[in-house]
Amino acid sequence: MNIHEHQAKELLKGYGAPVAAGVAIFSADEAEAAAKSLPGPLYVVKSQIHAGGRGKGKFKELGPDAKGGVRLAKSVGDVVANAKEMLGNTLVTKQTGDAGKQVNRLYIEDGADIARELYCSLLVDRTTGRVSFVVSTEGGMDIEAVAHDTPEKIIAVDIDPMAGVTAANVDEIVTALKLEGDARADAGKLFPILYKAFTETDMSLLEVNPLIVMTDGHLRVLDAKVSFDNNAAFRHDDLKGLRDLSEEDAKEIEASKFDLAYVALDGNIGCMVNGAGLAMSTMDIIKLYGAEPANFLDVGGGASKEKVTAAFKIITADPAVKGILVNIFGGIMRCDVIAEGVIAAVKEVGLQVPLVVRLEGTNVKEGKAILDQSGLNVISADDLDDAAQKIVKAVQG
Amino acid sequence: MSILVNKDTRVLVQGLTGKTGTFHTEQALAYYGTKMVGGTHPKKGGETWSSGVDGTELPIFTSVAEGKERTGANASVIYVPPAGAAAAIEEAIDAEIPLIVCITEGVPVLDMVRVKARLDKSKSRLIGPNCPGVLTPEECKIGIMPGSIFSKGSVGIVSRSGTLTYEAVFQTTNEGLGQTTAVGIGGDPVKGTEFIDMLEMFLADEETKSIVMIGEIGGSAEEDAAQFLIDEARRGRKKPMAGFIAGRTAPPGRTMGHAGAVISGGKGGAEEKIAAMEAAGIRVSASPARIGATLADVLKG
Repeated sequence: MNIHEHQAKELLKGYGAPVAAGVAIFSADEAEAAAKSLPGPLYVVKSQIHAGGRGKGKFKELGPDAKGGVRLAKSVGDVVANAKEMLGNTLVTKQTGDAGKQVNRLYIEDGADIARELYCSLLVDRTTGRVSFVVSTEGGMDIEAVAHDTPEKIIAVDIDPMAGVTAANVDEIVTALKLEGDARADAGKLFPILYKAFTETDMSLLEVNPLIVMTDGHLRVLDAKVSFDNNAAFRHDDLKGLRDLSEEDAKEIEASKFDLAYVALDGNIGCMVNGAGLAMSTMDIIKLYGAEPANFLDVGGGASKEKVTAAFKIITADPAVKGILVNIFGGIMRCDVIAEGVIAAVKEVGLQVPLVVRLEGTNVKEGKAILDQSGLNVISADDLDDAAQKIVKAVQG
Repeated sequence: MSILVNKDTRVLVQGLTGKTGTFHTEQALAYYGTKMVGGTHPKKGGETWSSGVDGTELPIFTSVAEGKERTGANASVIYVPPAGAAAAIEEAIDAEIPLIVCITEGVPVLDMVRVKARLDKSKSRLIGPNCPGVLTPEECKIGIMPGSIFSKGSVGIVSRSGTLTYEAVFQTTNEGLGQTTAVGIGGDPVKGTEFIDMLEMFLADEETKSIVMIGEIGGSAEEDAAQFLIDEARRGRKKPMAGFIAGRTAPPGRTMGHAGAVISGGKGGAEEKIAAMEAAGIRVSASPARIGATLADVLKG
């Protein structure tokens, strides 16, 4: 789950990290009061969307000369004028795709005098199996470009989970970031704070870009991007309120209610598969035969009949879907459960498009028998290759 | 021969009394009499589990340590829900179970960071989590793989994806090759065992004449494995290999079901993995339906 910058900063502030004073607003009417509550005279008006590249982004509805999604304001009136121009409009950044994202909330923040911009993130390094700080002196820009052009400027520091952030770890980070004086003293507190926030709330990513050294010599978290590990959601009821459903695809929201792994795509063949690897491969083979998948959908291991029914309904509700491929290789998932779920769904919502079903593995005979006896117009396939060819043919005519 | 498990493997089930544990234990017992020796449950120690299929009874122990002592178990399989999975693995590590197989999907990644640190200093090997398990045909089935698709043979199979492991098994069976052992290492970013460990075992196993390796997008485990194979080939250790990478068409930045399957920061894409594997001499099938046929082609030379 991703959250907004202002939520991430609020969370980090709770752990004692240095962040600027700021107020989130949802309508332009709130802009004046928000700005007046801040010290001034410099303010920053920041679009809150779940995508990066906001500063360089452009609003669809405004002209090409209009300013981007993050703006400096030098008076309360200036804050209000910018808020009016930004709220409700669509921001297109290099991470949003051409459709862009509607800006429904803004963060009005106290301005900072920046001396240096640094990069700092925490993530789980899969190679070492540890939480790792990734830092660079090259902050405030696209870190992927830094990694590509000057990889030597990116330093990773792994943290031993048994010891936490040690003084030696902090030294290594401080040296890599060339921090001195007050900033060095701040770092001794900040990096353990970031690690504590990361581990206690089960984050999967915490990115501070930039982390700044201010002209007064102190450190400040100027931007913050946080993603949480969905697998750990069961122990973080307190974080559930941070979810912003307006940032998510409606079909993906529906799928998440049933614990289904679903990703909406642009094609016209709806897929229901068990297992993430097989689901990806099913997309790959559809493409190999010249068609495009409408979605990735993994019903998971040990899905109930109700879950399968829900999955089928989500697929059929997508108007782009011109054919459906059900591809099941049962291990923990039983083919008879899949067959019953599909039949229950078809009885409820009907079937307007061709349906190809390939079943293999645990209880395959029972599953096939249930489909055969259902009287439904199901095209059965012998194997994955056969299934892919049949659904592509059915859709392309 | 085989790797990891054989007819002498004695398996304890953590989470036997649940629905999933029960179903798959029944299936394991039915698979050439896999030696399932008991289960554990903190509150049901002393009770007896019985199979709904043939009435086979297994003792329930309060702890893994007790179960190991009473049964001589040398492997455990974990079917407990995600919230308790890491603790279950740690209990098995503490009991010094040599092989721990965690089937559970959805274990928080920071739990696995903690487990991995414990594992590095332990006597145990962990397979998984979020994996289908390990199966040596006609000898031992640990986990959830459907036994019916296996046949005894010469191919070693290692995969990050559960259901794609089944595809590889099914297809190598249909090609008449059969398997020595199939191992699903799991789709999570932090896991007990990576490709390299399994490739090392398959290279060392005399019965294994060829290897299938199935990866997916995300991370760099396939690239690491390819480098390992190149290094081993220089030492004269090499076996014919076929492979597949899932997720060629996956959009960057989206997690595709498995917590570990995501192209992020420009890394973990399918094309780079395929190129690395081919450079290591693995013939990579473009179609997931032709993994077995691709291996058969390699073996024909």
